[in-house]
Amino acid sequence: MTSHEVPAVPIESIVRKHGGDPTRLLQILIDVQESIGWLPPPALTSVAAALSIPRSRVEGVAGFYHFLHKRPVGRFHLQFADNITERMQGSAELMASLCSKLWVEPGRVSEDGLVSVETTSCIGMGDQGPALLVNGMPLTRLSHQRINQIAELVRREAPLSSWPPEFFRVDDNIRRADALLSLEMAPGAALRAAVALGRDGWMEQMQISNLRGRGGAGFTTAVKWMACRDAAAPEKVVVCNADEGEPGTFKDRVLLTRMADVVFEGMTLAAWAVGACRGFVYLRGEYRYLLESLREALSLRRAENLLGRGIQGIAGFDFDIEIHLGAGAYVCGEETALLESLEGKRGTPRIRPPFPVTHGYLGRPTVVNNVETLAKTCLIALGGGEAFAATGTAQSTGTKLLSISGDCAQPGIYEYPFGVPIERVLEDCGASDIQAVQVGGAAGITLASYEFHRRIAFEDVPTAGAFMVFDSSRDLFEVARNFVDFFAHESCGFCTPCRVGTALLKKAMKKLAEGRGAKTDLADIEWIDRLLKNASHCGLGSAAPNPVVDTLLKFRPAYERRLQSLDFEPAFDLDAALAAARRASGRDDPGAHIGAEEAGQNG
Amino acid sequence: MSKRFLFDGRPVVFEDGQTILQAARAAGHYIPHLCWHPDFPPHGSCKLCIVKVAGRHVSSCAMPAKEGMEVESNTPEINGERRALLQMLFVEGNHFCPSCEKSGNCQLQALAYDLEMTGERFAHFFPERPVDSSHPDVLLDFNRCIFCELCVRASRDVDGKNVFALTNRGINKHLVVNAESGRLGDTDLAADDLAANICPVGVILKKRVGFATPIGERTYDVKPIHIVAMEDGK
Repeated sequence: MTSHEVPAVPIESIVRKHGGDPTRLLQILIDVQESIGWLPPPALTSVAAALSIPRSRVEGVAGFYHFLHKRPVGRFHLQFADNITERMQGSAELMASLCSKLWVEPGRVSEDGLVSVETTSCIGMGDQGPALLVNGMPLTRLSHQRINQIAELVRREAPLSSWPPEFFRVDDNIRRADALLSLEMAPGAALRAAVALGRDGWMEQMQISNLRGRGGAGFTTAVKWMACRDAAAPEKVVVCNADEGEPGTFKDRVLLTRMADVVFEGMTLAAWAVGACRGFVYLRGEYRYLLESLREALSLRRAENLLGRGIQGIAGFDFDIEIHLGAGAYVCGEETALLESLEGKRGTPRIRPPFPVTHGYLGRPTVVNNVETLAKTCLIALGGGEAFAATGTAQSTGTKLLSISGDCAQPGIYEYPFGVPIERVLEDCGASDIQAVQVGGAAGITLASYEFHRRIAFEDVPTAGAFMVFDSSRDLFEVARNFVDFFAHESCGFCTPCRVGTALLKKAMKKLAEGRGAKTDLADIEWIDRLLKNASHCGLGSAAPNPVVDTLLKFRPAYERRLQSLDFEPAFDLDAALAAARRASGRDDPGAHIGAEEAGQNG
Repeated sequence: MSKRFLFDGRPVVFEDGQTILQAARAAGHYIPHLCWHPDFPPHGSCKLCIVKVAGRHVSSCAMPAKEGMEVESNTPEINGERRALLQMLFVEGNHFCPSCEKSGNCQLQALAYDLEMTGERFAHFFPERPVDSSHPDVLLDFNRCIFCELCVRASRDVDGKNVFALTNRGINKHLVVNAESGRLGDTDLAADDLAANICPVGVILKKRVGFATPIGERTYDVKPIHIVAMEDGK
């Protein structure tokens, strides 16, 4: 289809299916794209007309999300996960190999429109990578043999349903189970226990448990719930943040695969505590493949009166859950950006205060909790707050799920009581000769071997769950550079320091990687880091320099060995600038290169 | 007894609901800003108005004033960071002041002078941003956009037209207009819309009136921005 044909797809019927509701704009665009393959300009015009909203708004949203395509993609669209752990497993070579077999350049569509290949941020398969998404479906454990098979299937235009099912196998890889992962709960059991306590009694148990948010920030859940409960405005909302975008994290994927019902029950427990009537799961686009099974689990709960009107026969306890999809935007894990996205807008973080507990989804009091946090509330309802607080440390009660990937024998999910030392975790996952661990993902902390006695806890090493292991063969500069590129790709671009600063950092790291760095570049990097940390609008920008700050401090030789001895080296590369002239003249001999000529003369 | 806070060591009286920037202005203290405008709610994107409160950086345009807070604004540290933010804005776009029609009336240029920015420091991006001259009365030169969204907000909230919006993200974020063709000439923008008259830099320019006032005699050629801003309420 050319860009100016009016699509034959019934856009009006898609909009009608979503009730003509502009807050569902992102969901509508996802559906339109699923039927056309991309979002041609006339389709955006039709969506705007059908919703009676300005076209400029629709174009603004369509351009924000990495998984929405304003330009055509191939009928087979392959996105290689580009996190550092996949890089270490050879993802770049595998992608280059696939591209050469299919005669396609990364980021471009093949001439016949058959295939396009690109990279994407971590897709939550770090324990079974390298991995990719093909038309949104995760394909794990890539190898050269598998790449050959994929190339052949694409060339034959074999429909995905006919591809070998083992390509799409996603394992849970649970290596250590504690309270949560060994929980066997009949649907409704936690809810009945909380209802028996009464709303206040249930909140009291939550307070005693001292449960803190598992999404990384560690805010006390009961305090958040009480603020929402006490907010004056009606129509309260509970949101489950399943936008698990932190590179190296995949524990929410496992919880949603194995224990979705426990997560939904946790949302219902939150609704019971705060008096909410509406619930949303914001599911990251990378986990689109879980959508049908999650919807099925919700229908079962409705059938059992665990959702809907008068839950458990209690008049006025009305609560239901719908699932919204994200579309490839890490920043939407930030709770106010998530709320903007839920309202069908660009995922730009809001100004705070006011906070979501008083002004959240559509201005209503809203609780936003992480998947793991909500699941844990079931443990508190079943066993009581005191029993929950008996494990972990005084300030970090209960257990924590770690997503372990990188250089270890047994990558996967490990559940530990808070307070576990890093060295114990390394031993359990079969890691040896380790020089560094990245805890908490790209936004987290880089720990060197002399810090492995430190403990996983909010008061020591806090984490949302990522735990990436690097042995002594790894180059920590490349690790930091991968995270820098990630933040530049995921910056929403709202504020000056993050929009420009992450892009400048990316350029500076590239310059160093090419061996053209000077001492002044390290000074510039440290200056940009400071601006990002101090002046950014949200946590993405202020966390973006973390990997560079940490590695510059703890692994400075990895940077210094890349420096030229000069104090200053220009970013402008004269030889690279002559590439166009070389192409035009068909020359690529040593004489057509600046550096080579000089070297020849000197020699 | 009215409430007050300390602004660079001097007491400033404020009313509940005022932000730090509003209260400081009312007391005659200028805080640099680009995306903030007195007629609109705070936006908080340019970050030029950062100040330090209790050791933490905050956007003064958005942060409510509180009794007893100690605000640092006109200090070498904060002004150094503001200068770096200006340098970032200069290198991400294509700003050639000597040939720009807005020179002397441009808030970005005026602030760069005011904060003694003598060079760009960072490497230029030199982005490709085509000019849109399709509209009979208004020219769009995207090279100079600083993403303050004043045109977006004015068109949406005052003109009721939604002519402008931002699309894409990160360093690739850019302005789009409300037309499938992507051309301003195909929108209903009128030259006397607020959106056509609010750009603090040289993106949205009126045609046929260029250089009516010679460079050298323009607003910020005559007085620095920290004086002008306090005079006209902008």
